[in-house]
Amino acid sequence: MSSKPPAVLTGPHYWDGDYACAEGAIAAGCRFFAGYPITPSTEVAERIAERFPLVGGTFIQMEDELASMAAILGAAWGGARTMTVTSGPGFSLMQENIGLGVMTETPCVVVNVQRGGPSTGLPTLTGQQDMMQARWGSHGDYEIIALSPSSPQECFDLTITSFNLSERFRLPVLLMMDECVGHMTEKVVVPKPESIKVLPRRWYRGPRDKYRPYQPDADLVPPMVRAGDDYRFHITGLTHDQRGYPVINAACQNLCVSRLVDKIRNNADHITLLDEQDTAGADVVVVSYGISYRVATKAIADARKKGIRVGSLRLVTVWPFPEKRIRELASKVRCLVMPEINLGQMFREMQRATVGTGCRTLLVPHCGGWVHNPNDILAAIVEGTK
Amino acid sequence: MKEIEPVERHPHEEYLRMDRIPHIWCPTCGLGTILNAFITALKRSDIPRQDIAIVSGIGCTGRTAGYVLMDSFHSTHGRALPYATGLKLANPRLKVVVISGDGDLVAIGGNHLIHAARRNMDLAVICANNFNYAMTGGQFGPTTPETARTTTAPYGSYEHPFNVPFLVDSCGATYVARWTALHVRHLTTCFGEMLNHKGFSFTEVISPCPTVYARRNRLGSGLDLLQFYRENSVIRNNIDTRECDIRFQAQMIVGKFVQKEKPTYLDMMNTYLAEAVGKKFVPYVGPMDPAKE
Repeated sequence: MSSKPPAVLTGPHYWDGDYACAEGAIAAGCRFFAGYPITPSTEVAERIAERFPLVGGTFIQMEDELASMAAILGAAWGGARTMTVTSGPGFSLMQENIGLGVMTETPCVVVNVQRGGPSTGLPTLTGQQDMMQARWGSHGDYEIIALSPSSPQECFDLTITSFNLSERFRLPVLLMMDECVGHMTEKVVVPKPESIKVLPRRWYRGPRDKYRPYQPDADLVPPMVRAGDDYRFHITGLTHDQRGYPVINAACQNLCVSRLVDKIRNNADHITLLDEQDTAGADVVVVSYGISYRVATKAIADARKKGIRVGSLRLVTVWPFPEKRIRELASKVRCLVMPEINLGQMFREMQRATVGTGCRTLLVPHCGGWVHNPNDILAAIVEGTK
Repeated sequence: MKEIEPVERHPHEEYLRMDRIPHIWCPTCGLGTILNAFITALKRSDIPRQDIAIVSGIGCTGRTAGYVLMDSFHSTHGRALPYATGLKLANPRLKVVVISGDGDLVAIGGNHLIHAARRNMDLAVICANNFNYAMTGGQFGPTTPETARTTTAPYGSYEHPFNVPFLVDSCGATYVARWTALHVRHLTTCFGEMLNHKGFSFTEVISPCPTVYARRNRLGSGLDLLQFYRENSVIRNNIDTRECDIRFQAQMIVGKFVQKEKPTYLDMMNTYLAEAVGKKFVPYVGPMDPAKE
């Protein structure tokens, strides 16, 4: 019997979302972490710094978020499963190398425990204002995957899901937490290691001399190798061909960028995770994510007491935006209501998805710093029945 | 004098991506010479090629990673060092070599440079200094000598430049040298020493940029610049790096300035944690292994 603590702390715990995220990463096999302190995400890095020396991981605190993001990309090509954690201002700095991660198809997880912005904004108070930055923060055309947990349990579970999606589709996956979920302490049940599904890397298994870094499989995702195994491969952030060589012309750009986008768009159904309740026969559906879902459940319960037929659609996957399901719902219900702690970011995506259905859409905005008053969401639900 | 026999094949072709030749570097640019010296040093060393990884940033020198037939990474502007740091820590068996330019490493990547040196991160860094941003057409940077003309300093630069060896020395680098693209033998020896050095090694290589820097300053061709290096380089090994300032077209000190032993980042991490954490310490498990998954 080893005296060393196990990597997976099976059993019930009383953890906040940040700790749960760190434990989820360890359970998913993350053994390299680079980060820079920033409120309200720091507890993730603190937990990792404490736990990694006990489970064979390497933690490094870098000089800034540019470096943190670059380091996890380099480490991923070294063969490690890697993560970094930040909040809004640091997320801005990471965008440069998130783009490199997308372009070079590098699996890794980037956690953003969102706070109020713009700029330094509200370091200690909540926000959901980086949702569009998650989608479009780096320059150029690309598709990204982002998930949004609404409880510490989900911070654990979805961190593992994020790693699996990053390995499956080979790109940085963004876990869009918020300050409330990150600092909320609840029961988190960690399963036994054998019941945690962790996808392996898509290792290249063909002959060594035939390896081409960007020759995709049928699902448009290329298999990967790691540095040090004599494949003599080259990767670049420049537009490149299947060999990974830069080719600076419109034809290669079309091939390169189309595949990066299509590997996500064509597989959207495999990426989209939704939590749907009582939408059949509903007049109004509340579409929400993250902490706003938790507040919305109170408004939904109150609306039911008033006899309103109201359902809930929680976006677990926020990017790619689950427009197919939104459109189906919009053709059946009178109104879609979206509370979010910003002045309308995912709401515009929802509006776009409902065009032509005749369904009303109502935004319940909030500038950040605190969650909604459930009565504001309730008022929108009531308005939606009219 | 012995006639030099013409060769049909590039002497280093087994180490180059010959399907990417011709390269984009200008005639009489120093970057080919630097790469040549590096590959010669690598061949002379006993390090297997698969244990070498090359990381570059952006710029003329940043293209180096694309020409070497080894695991090679062309990262973002300024971020070669943190990228290389992650690569090294994730796969400590690798000898990670960063080859990039002065603008990339010292300007936009300056913060990473000082911290990589401070940590004594186990990286070999070759910094080609051509005194300007050449890829974008020749703008001044933090190494441009005072009064030198560039496209964004049309009347001459009035900024104080970095003394790069002093910068990295003061931050904790354990091997610091400066040579020019003329000093091929010194460079080859130097790169060999860097490949065998434990910790953060750094060599600044003064390199002619005939197309933009030299032309704008009416310094002639790359060959003229090599002639200038020959007449104006003074080898002074072990000199105090504070004395290594470079002034415009003036005498220039080159040599090996620092070579010392100090625990590297990985040494520090493993030794310290083993003691502080005790029996419960589990050293880094290493990268995931395709053969075992």
